[in-house]
Amino acid sequence: MSGLGQLLRAEWTKLRTVPGWIGGVLAAAAVIVGIGLLPGMKGSCGQHGPGSECVLPVGPDGELVSDHFFFVHRPLAGDGTITVRVTALTGLLPARPGEPAGTRPGVAPWAKAGLIVKDGTRVGSAYAAVMVTGSHGVRMQDDYTHDIAGSPGPVSASAPRWLRLTRSGDTVTAAESDDGTAWTTVGSAHLPGLPSIVQVGLFATSPQYAETIHESGMSGSYGGPTQVTAVFDHVTPDGAWTGEAVGDASGVPAGNVERAGGRFTVTGSGDIAPAVTGAAGIGTTVTQTLVGTFVGLIAVIVVAALFITAEYRRGLIRTTLAATPQRGRVLAAKAVVVGSAAFAAGLAGAAVVVTLGQRVLRGNGVYVFPATALTEVRLVVGTAALLAVTAVLALAIGAVVRRSAATVAAALVVIVLPYLLAMTVLPTGAAQWLLRVTPAAAFAVQQSALRYPQVSSPYTPTDGYFPLAPWAGLAVLGTWAALALGLALVQFRGRDA
Amino acid sequence: MIVVSGLRKRFGPAVALDGMSFTVRPGQVTGFVGPNGAGKSTTMRVILGLDAADQGSALIDGRPYRSLRDPLRHVGSLLDAAALQPSRTARNHLLWLAHSQGLTARRVDAVLDMAGLTAVARRRAGGFSLGMRQRLGIAAALLGDPPAVMLDEPFNGMDPEGIVWMRGFLRSLAAEGRAVLVSSHLMSELQDTADHLVVAGRGRVIADASVAELLASVSADRATLRSLEDVYLQLTRDAVEFRGGDAR
Repeated sequence: MSGLGQLLRAEWTKLRTVPGWIGGVLAAAAVIVGIGLLPGMKGSCGQHGPGSECVLPVGPDGELVSDHFFFVHRPLAGDGTITVRVTALTGLLPARPGEPAGTRPGVAPWAKAGLIVKDGTRVGSAYAAVMVTGSHGVRMQDDYTHDIAGSPGPVSASAPRWLRLTRSGDTVTAAESDDGTAWTTVGSAHLPGLPSIVQVGLFATSPQYAETIHESGMSGSYGGPTQVTAVFDHVTPDGAWTGEAVGDASGVPAGNVERAGGRFTVTGSGDIAPAVTGAAGIGTTVTQTLVGTFVGLIAVIVVAALFITAEYRRGLIRTTLAATPQRGRVLAAKAVVVGSAAFAAGLAGAAVVVTLGQRVLRGNGVYVFPATALTEVRLVVGTAALLAVTAVLALAIGAVVRRSAATVAAALVVIVLPYLLAMTVLPTGAAQWLLRVTPAAAFAVQQSALRYPQVSSPYTPTDGYFPLAPWAGLAVLGTWAALALGLALVQFRGRDA
Repeated sequence: MIVVSGLRKRFGPAVALDGMSFTVRPGQVTGFVGPNGAGKSTTMRVILGLDAADQGSALIDGRPYRSLRDPLRHVGSLLDAAALQPSRTARNHLLWLAHSQGLTARRVDAVLDMAGLTAVARRRAGGFSLGMRQRLGIAAALLGDPPAVMLDEPFNGMDPEGIVWMRGFLRSLAAEGRAVLVSSHLMSELQDTADHLVVAGRGRVIADASVAELLASVSADRATLRSLEDVYLQLTRDAVEFRGGDAR
């Protein structure tokens, strides 16, 4: 009907004819772009001439991977089985801050040692493995991203663990045993196109260690390379073994193998896993380009708050309601107009900065994890929605509070403040709690980093990992905005203007 | 025609309206006078659906204001000339109002011209004097070419020239057949303008009569009262209810 169209047009005319308001909307887009393009982050990728580019290994499914371990191997032609017993798992961790530099004894939670069947020793090639780990018991893993849990518990001389891998065509089956007699299947993996001759053998690897620390209001992380040493015996079939480090060993101990009769002591560092960003990983994600969003959000909050509170301050609300006595419609039209303006600003700003920001980061030598086109679209549309729903929330608060400064302050406190606290001083637990329950949860829509349970990393919000899924985070903000709008509607209808 | 009947409203313990009833007829200027706090502004807000009355009704051509579609085409009003967004231009202020009623920019330019604001139409309303704001408010009230016009204290802040203009303007609106309600706390402002007077005090009507009747009946009683101002002061001081013969 024409009434709503007229009303939307009237509210849009109101918004665009106050220079400060339309300027604020444009400023929101401008700061998102401007801050995203600031040359803040520096890296070394490609900064030292040809050959210094950062190239990550790619796994069989096209995903970026880490593939770095010490491998004691020999070829296996056709189908076959390999069995071994693990009697000890020890290791070294980086010293804690404040301790003397160096290492301390300890096994990283995801330190791995066991049996592997791999399509050659090329980095990123297909594999299936069964292993003991530092704290996650027996696992079967294949092709970097797949992980199946076996029995829990550590390995020791008094509680050794028997492991077995069986290749049959494209299928590799893993089994474990406490005594070498009674076997339990852990799982099986399908490795399509596995050649008839593969490399089989013992491996050991231990990932980069990182831990977040919070002391006297400051947050940070410490970490470094780790190392694991596994003792194997009862290797069958035995034969002529070759020991070598797979993968780029720069900055990490290469590892080694010592053989004494039927006893192999294998030491290694690295990981066989999907690559992640953050403290224990490398580089950053496209999310980093949207770091200016919270400043744009402040501009949007101010405009949306003034869009209604200025009418109260000037007495203009009476003119508005004399022109349109249907108060619910007035509030709805204001929400649609200011929300749409914020959406457009977010869409434009995010589209530009996601595209150009990646170039700036890469130009600065920062490794940026590639994101799919679909992910980039979600980041852009999600950022626009974040701005739009925040504008509606600020408008609703303004309709209830009716005072400009109090409205802006309230909106900043519920959405921008929790985000900033979570990104800076708060311990991870508190940060994640805030990013679950407050409207700031909606920043989750900007995350692009993938997390894997089998890769230990702090996965902090600072590193781009949010406690909620993208659209779930946005739904939290949407719920807050809907509640505030409902309250505003009840009050707006009931009160004398 | 605006018909107000039996409006009652309390703000907490204070009685704002205590049975306010009167009719604003087309083709004449009805003055709505009374001391501050008589309930004039509250009555106007209730007529416009901005405030809700506890009892009674206010109808525009038989319908409550809130049920009107494009209400500015039925009643034009000016409650507070200062109610403007300072950084918005005069023309843009009228433009959003026009859009809300399905009216065009051409109508905006017409009322700007009518109010003598064409030269300053694209200036920020925040820089306007109170007199210019009153003119802008008048332009807004006439935007929908309404058959009824309601103005709250339109003479406030106007210079003598503006007051003369306003009087002539109100007369011409009535001459065009519109129902015009003008409130004031100064009877003298209305002396040469209003055809009919509604005198309010303490939330109710004290007198409701034509100007001629009011003068005639009172001067017959008391030879000392000569001007309308004297009559008004006498009425509101005594708080005596007075009604002309054919007012209701």
